[in-house]
Amino acid sequence: MVAIYVVVAVSILATMGLSLYRAEVGPTWFDRILALNAFGTKTVLLISVILFMIGRPDFLDLAMLYSLMSFIGTVAVLRFSKYGHFDEIDQESEVEAT
Amino acid sequence: MSFLADFICAVFLLSGSFFVIVGAIGIFRLPDFYTRLHGAGVTDTLGAALILLGLTFQSGLSLDTVKLLMILLFLLVTGPTSCHALAQAARVNGLEPKHLAASVDAKTDSD
Repeated sequence: MVAIYVVVAVSILATMGLSLYRAEVGPTWFDRILALNAFGTKTVLLISVILFMIGRPDFLDLAMLYSLMSFIGTVAVLRFSKYGHFDEIDQESEVEAT
Repeated sequence: MSFLADFICAVFLLSGSFFVIVGAIGIFRLPDFYTRLHGAGVTDTLGAALILLGLTFQSGLSLDTVKLLMILLFLLVTGPTSCHALAQAARVNGLEPKHLAASVDAKTDSD
């Protein structure tokens, strides 16, 4: 059983390596944001698999917290790229968008 | 009974890792941003769901299963949401899909 965890962990690490390549090379900024989003999701999976591999699945709260943080980070970067600021977006945003 | 749980867990984990690697190859090799977004988003959600479901077979009926299912639920909700936000941001900022631009040029050239 530990061997299967090792295989899964190595495949997730290979995925993270390929995502880092795209984060470095990707010609547009959106490629890099996509790569970071995928990297965050794979980090959550890697934490879960390694916790089960060492036999102490008590720290799954870390994986839950990291998935929340990476999602908020991705949405914050996209919101900033659309509006240019982090302030309140209300009716005036329709004037900004045009 | 424990052997059956281990076997089903292994099947889920290995198929999940297969989809995760397919998603990585998609991010690495596909030619355009929108194709990479599709490959990464779909296989990201599916591979994560399979791996987390496989891990629930290993932890039985306990608090860890509830935590894993909560992580899975959150990934299933936020994965497609962030992919859609990314596609909309790219489209609003003027990133054209490569094939669309090529077909528009082909139509004007043939006229």
